[in-house]
Amino acid sequence: MRTQAWGVLTALLCLVIASFATIDLQWQAFWSAEAVASMGRFLGEFVPPETSPEFIQKVIVGAWETLAMSVLGTLLAALLGMLLAIPGSQNRAEARTWTRTPVQWVLNALRAIPELVWASLLLISAGLGPFAGTLALALHTAGVLGRLYAEALENAPTGPAMALKAQGVGSGRVFFYATLPTILPQVMSYTLYRWENNIRAAAILGVVGAGGLGQLLAFHLSLFQMHKTASVLLGMIGMVACVDALSQQLRKRLT
Amino acid sequence: MKIQTRHLEARHRAYRSSDDRAIERLSLEIGAGEHVAIIGPSGSGKTTLLEVLACAMKPLSGSLSLDGQDPWQLSKPELQRLRGRLFLAPQVPPLPPRQRVVTAVLAGRLPSIGFFASLRSLIVPSDLPGALAALERFDLAEKLFERVDQLSGGERQRVGLARALMSPASLWLIDEPLSSLDPARLHQAMRALVDSANERGATLVTTLHQVDAALAFFPRIIGLRKGKLAFDLPSSQVTQEALESLYETSSNELCGADAADEHLGGPGVSVTALHCR
Amino acid sequence: MRRAEPIRDPATASRLFSILAGFALLWPLGIATEFRPWALFESDSIQATVRFLGTFWPIAVDPEFLRLIARETWRTVAMATVGISLALLLAIPLSLVAARVLSLSGLTGKMDQVPFWIRQSVRWVLIVLRSIPELVWALVFVRVVGLGPTAGVLAISLTYAGMLGKVYAEILESADQHSSRTLLRNGSSRMQAFFHSLLPTCAAELTSYTVYRWECAIRSSVVLGFVGAGGLGQEMDNSMKMFAGAEVATMLLVFIGLVALADRASATIRKVLG
Repeated sequence: MRTQAWGVLTALLCLVIASFATIDLQWQAFWSAEAVASMGRFLGEFVPPETSPEFIQKVIVGAWETLAMSVLGTLLAALLGMLLAIPGSQNRAEARTWTRTPVQWVLNALRAIPELVWASLLLISAGLGPFAGTLALALHTAGVLGRLYAEALENAPTGPAMALKAQGVGSGRVFFYATLPTILPQVMSYTLYRWENNIRAAAILGVVGAGGLGQLLAFHLSLFQMHKTASVLLGMIGMVACVDALSQQLRKRLT
Repeated sequence: MKIQTRHLEARHRAYRSSDDRAIERLSLEIGAGEHVAIIGPSGSGKTTLLEVLACAMKPLSGSLSLDGQDPWQLSKPELQRLRGRLFLAPQVPPLPPRQRVVTAVLAGRLPSIGFFASLRSLIVPSDLPGALAALERFDLAEKLFERVDQLSGGERQRVGLARALMSPASLWLIDEPLSSLDPARLHQAMRALVDSANERGATLVTTLHQVDAALAFFPRIIGLRKGKLAFDLPSSQVTQEALESLYETSSNELCGADAADEHLGGPGVSVTALHCR
Repeated sequence: MRRAEPIRDPATASRLFSILAGFALLWPLGIATEFRPWALFESDSIQATVRFLGTFWPIAVDPEFLRLIARETWRTVAMATVGISLALLLAIPLSLVAARVLSLSGLTGKMDQVPFWIRQSVRWVLIVLRSIPELVWALVFVRVVGLGPTAGVLAISLTYAGMLGKVYAEILESADQHSSRTLLRNGSSRMQAFFHSLLPTCAAELTSYTVYRWECAIRSSVVLGFVGAGGLGQEMDNSMKMFAGAEVATMLLVFIGLVALADRASATIRKVLG
């Protein structure tokens, strides 16, 4: 076991060294005096952030759009995730189901592709704007939540469900009366955790044209309007902080 | 519901691939409305027998007939309907921890209400008076709107029993109804269970570790030992020797049950004095 | 003990209210996100989708392209690895300062003012580093250092330094502090206390989280490629802009395979080192 550990550590070290060697980092470009100076100048352009009422209103609208994307996207993901988790899980007590492996593949594929890539792909069907972003969040998060829900389903105690099945109750009602109530605290916890993540993801999806604060940010950055960019950044940080706090409160009450 | 079995054989639920039988060549007949207690040491197959009678486990061989029908020859919808007419209460109360007692109890009557009515009842429980009445029988009325995880082990077990009162079943299969109850509650719970079964004319089959409770409340006792039928007698005819040979190598179980049952002994039944060593 | 008045469920009012409020909220959310699922099935949208999906098959497998993909995939992995390594270098000192376990003044009750505020400001630095998405850092750095992996590496190091720093501090604080406090009380320096008691206790958890974050960093590098940081992401962006479905399909498959591989590697490493 110890030799295995040393082997792994050496392999990791080789990976790190190889990475540093092959990546052409422009250290000089970054550490040279003029680069630092230009960086300083660049950062200085951010201050002071734009505070005109019309622009603040734009930021608020963008923030609302981002928030809506994250909420709707996470809700859709929870529904789709649960729909997939049921065939994608297998209870120890029952016979092997054939649906588990293919559905797990689908869930893995959904979650492997990052939200941004999904958004780029979906722009073709859904067009520019927050709709593509919402769908992208929904699809990626459905993969993540689906896997987490499936794990919860597989580890859940089967007593309540078996008792209802013994009474001849159909599987739909067994799910709502026994299985779901048993895993509900975990489901809520995972969903809230993903919502916290999704608000950050939603904020940047706009960079590829999917609406929200991200679109505003990319737009003003491309025009080198640094004051406005700074305001949008502050809006992003504020939005993330609010959602984190809200999620904390909900977590206390629901789980 | 009438039960008939012939040469029934089944495996323990946990040992899927083993050759050992949990019950062997078991033949019994239980008439509709009868009350029977099944006793025996641990591992004698009591729980497995209940599960087979509840059609929750297919027997390996032998025949089972409920109200004249072999459940395993029925079509799936007919089997589901048959299951709706029986009620199995496992030893560990099958209650989701975060569910409220009212919903947990009302779940007992799911076989008799439709799909959408069931879902609606999850949000706004229908038949609150029925649930309250069932809980009152077991002295739990004030816990109606509490959450299951806020109850003690004994209270949860009584909620599990109260569920039977909500079900449309004519066969009640109860596994160890008294295992978590403290001695003061044993009498009240057994009384409530037996009286309710009588009121509905339901067949009551119970496994019990507490031999004195079995003798006090049940007119017929079936003794199982190592999966085989040891005796099947009216409780007045159960002798001390029969009990001692049943629990032969597990005399601690027989004696241990003694102390807890000092509160029992209904009218007209002698509490067997057991001398161990 | 029969009740005369009808029994009322205390939870009904709040449940019905929550359901109504939930539905009421869905409407403005739908408006804000321009949620029009029927638009997906309009004829021109379907045509565009089908046409694009049609180009996915056959997937691009010519050797030249595959060599390019292999090179760019390695670039992506290298970017993630370098980024995480730099993040580590930044996160370790920050987390040591932010964690309260090594506080000398805190040994005897409440911490003094100056150390307290130093710790608080370091915590705030970590929060800021963490809250700004790495994509934003990358966008900014691309303007300063130009296109290429440098911007990506910097973006990853800063964001992940924030994440690693916060979690390292939490791990250090949740460990059993008895032995380290004893060492500090008996006069050993903070570094000695760290190396001799805290680090051995927490090493497994720290490594496990770091390896998990390395896996996340690989996914981040692909995303950063979309804003010019090179690697697999940039190639995917280029191919998508040209509607070259076959190339996008190959890259998606490679990417899914890469993520699965990293996932497996990460699980093995964590098992061996943990």
